[in-house]
Amino acid sequence: MSPSIPLQEMIRAIRSARTQCEERGVIQRECAAIRAQFRQSDNGSRSHNLAKLLYVHMLGYPAHFGQMECVRMIASSRYSEKRVGYLGAMMLLDEKQDASLLITNSIKNDLSHSNQYVQSLALCTLACMGSAEMCRDLAPEIDRLLRASNSYIKKKAALCAVHIVRKVQDLGELFAPAARSLLAEKNHGVLHGAVILITDGVCFVLCMFQTVPELVQIMRSLTVSGYSPEHDVAGVSDPFLQVRILRLLRILGRHCETASDAMNDLLAQVATNTDSTKTVGNAVLYETVLTVLDIKSESGLRVLAVNILGRFLLNNDRNIRYIAMTSLQKIVNTDHNAVQRHRGTIVDCLKDHDASVKRRALELSLALVSASNIRSMMKELLLFLSSCPPELRSHTASGIFTAAERYAPSQRWHIDTMLHVLTTAGGDVRDETVPNLIQLITNTSELHCYTVHKLYRALLTDISQQPLVQVACWCIGEYGDLLLRGECQETEPVQVSEDDVLDALETVLQSHMSSPATRAFALTATMKLSTRITDNVELMFKIFKTGSGIQLRKFMIFFLLFLKNVLSPSVLRAAVLERMPVIEKNSGQSNGESAGAKTEPKIMVKPGETSPPQQPVNQVCDLLDLLGGSEGPAQPNPAQSTTAAGLTMNTSSAAGGDLLDLLGGFQPTPTLSVYEKNGVNLTLQYERQSDAVLTVTLTACNSTDSDISSFSLQAAVPKVCPQRRPSPHHRSVESGRRGDLDLSQSSSASLFTAFHPCPIQVHLKMRIRISYTVQGSAFQDMVQVDSFQGL
Amino acid sequence: MELQDNELITLEIIHRYVELLDKYFGSVCELDVIFNFEKTFYILDEFLLAGEAQETSKKSVLKAMEEADLLQENGGFQSRLFAAPT
Repeated sequence: MSPSIPLQEMIRAIRSARTQCEERGVIQRECAAIRAQFRQSDNGSRSHNLAKLLYVHMLGYPAHFGQMECVRMIASSRYSEKRVGYLGAMMLLDEKQDASLLITNSIKNDLSHSNQYVQSLALCTLACMGSAEMCRDLAPEIDRLLRASNSYIKKKAALCAVHIVRKVQDLGELFAPAARSLLAEKNHGVLHGAVILITDGVCFVLCMFQTVPELVQIMRSLTVSGYSPEHDVAGVSDPFLQVRILRLLRILGRHCETASDAMNDLLAQVATNTDSTKTVGNAVLYETVLTVLDIKSESGLRVLAVNILGRFLLNNDRNIRYIAMTSLQKIVNTDHNAVQRHRGTIVDCLKDHDASVKRRALELSLALVSASNIRSMMKELLLFLSSCPPELRSHTASGIFTAAERYAPSQRWHIDTMLHVLTTAGGDVRDETVPNLIQLITNTSELHCYTVHKLYRALLTDISQQPLVQVACWCIGEYGDLLLRGECQETEPVQVSEDDVLDALETVLQSHMSSPATRAFALTATMKLSTRITDNVELMFKIFKTGSGIQLRKFMIFFLLFLKNVLSPSVLRAAVLERMPVIEKNSGQSNGESAGAKTEPKIMVKPGETSPPQQPVNQVCDLLDLLGGSEGPAQPNPAQSTTAAGLTMNTSSAAGGDLLDLLGGFQPTPTLSVYEKNGVNLTLQYERQSDAVLTVTLTACNSTDSDISSFSLQAAVPKVCPQRRPSPHHRSVESGRRGDLDLSQSSSASLFTAFHPCPIQVHLKMRIRISYTVQGSAFQDMVQVDSFQGL
Repeated sequence: MELQDNELITLEIIHRYVELLDKYFGSVCELDVIFNFEKTFYILDEFLLAGEAQETSKKSVLKAMEEADLLQENGGFQSRLFAAPT
């Protein structure tokens, strides 16, 4: 075993080790030597060995075998060993170690030692790692020391008491009287400790209101009286004590009017007299500002405080700007007007290089946006968005959206702003932005032309921003005809041809940058355009052959067949792909319904269950079943899995709804209940779509608990009215929910649509025959409806 | 640092500590701290206690250090028994 080397040598050896392995080797050797030394009885180099061990501990290696040695050394009578022993105790021991209990007795003895440095060692250790039990045991000792000893010990005892009070709240009362009397001391260290003790003594701080005048006096003497070189820091006398006293005053004045009044003058004085060229002066000013804002101060003082914060904002030191903004953030809601005055500076801070300053400035700016300054603030925020770090982008974007929504001076401005954000930071906006924007666009009908032109141009320049592309595709699909018209009073006219538009959509479909959702948008848009602008079916086919993804392929097949079978832009096709009605704002809806489906209760809504196909008006409806739910002109079905799918569905469903009676808006449909027996309710709804066409809907609802089978419905009208209706067919009507007669919730309701082109003058009658089987028995009935009111 | 702490004064405390080290070691550099780490800990113990500054006067801190060092060098307590400096 090599002889142990002195501390300095060891440190040098460790530092010169070039690899981890070498270092570990040296350390292992040394630790072995130290362990051997520890096992031997008292020798002169114990303190050195422990010091070496502590160094090794600082580097991160295990050193627990030194704990017992620490305990032994603390108990030694030599000062050098005590010193290192206590240091070792502070570094190696903590509450969780059992050995810490062993030193309690040593500390107790040392606290009453005649030499003050030994006492201070003990106090220091107790304040550093004293556990709750140790604190409880030794608290009376500390209290004794607080009163009876010299100021060197008193100040240490005061801080030790602080630690005790933080660890064990109840012991605070023990120290209250002593703390109070310490305030009369001259020694700054003692004062400092006493102020901290009062601040942290939770249970007695509130009884200390009478100390306020004393504290004010101390502060005054600090700020006004002469230069004391000992405590001076760059021209401010004892800033540490000043800050401490200010904080205590803050706590005392927080809820108390009288205390706050007593401090007002002092705070004003400190605020105006403190030199703010150096950090230390700013530190005191900062504390003053915090105090003023927290207590019940008069308004003049508050304005002064906010002005100081404004001055901080102009400071070159980044730290100071940072804390100024943090403080302003706290008061922006309460003292809004005062902070508004500094808006210009805050907005300038957006351009700072430091990321945390930028973040704070952004928060403040968003909080300061109001109706009067929205335009200029938005300009700044948009500028910021184009240059801000990526992690702040989505926050900025959503902040801008909220502000725009709340304070938009005009619709056009609103749309412009949102488009600007989408072009700049499209990738970072939140998901609900797209439906919100679409909803906004449909609501401003006078700007459709302008919007679609702008979006088309944006699409041509850049197709990488997904939300923008989605919105653009949707708009082009909806308002493509406006695009081709070429003229628009708000923007310069530009000639756009059908091919251009289809090309643009095709590019989106084929681009590898487009997400599946975007592709679905583009697909739907192309589909809609087949009625709006062009009949060029071959071109459509070509487009539909591109793209990938199972979901998309399903749509493509559907669309292809739809096109094939309904070649001419028949009534059906036009009706299915009608313009979307104005969307009502639904909040918190998922599944794409927010994008377009109006859930009108009078329309039969079927939550996604598969019912056997309706008598299809044409083959298309059969295909619609492929898509997970019966879908047809007669049956809207909103439950979908993707947003785009939802949009597709909702287009058809809304259009399908058109065929029912959605067209023309929200007029209530007259409802007639024609048959109610055996749990079968038959209601009739009708609406005149145009002069020649009347749509009648018969709805059957099953309110029994069991299934109804072999349901068949036949309707006849007078020969004068030629009718065009699907032939009835058989079907099972499943059991409705127990006790639930609400039509929209019935689990099965059949729909039956009839077209009745009928001259107005003829009085319409209808005879209905129904037959069904319920619970084993068959029923057959006939009902005559003689009058349709409201026609 | 806790939520209600004044950040700027903490900067000052750190600055003060470095000044103390500087005074004690005479133009302190990194190596001084490494090779005399236990002394730096002792100075820290004189300056801060329970997480707070205990002595705002540089002079007192350094004086206390001096005397403690003297005590250590002399070894044992037979030779010195101090009256309290104020």
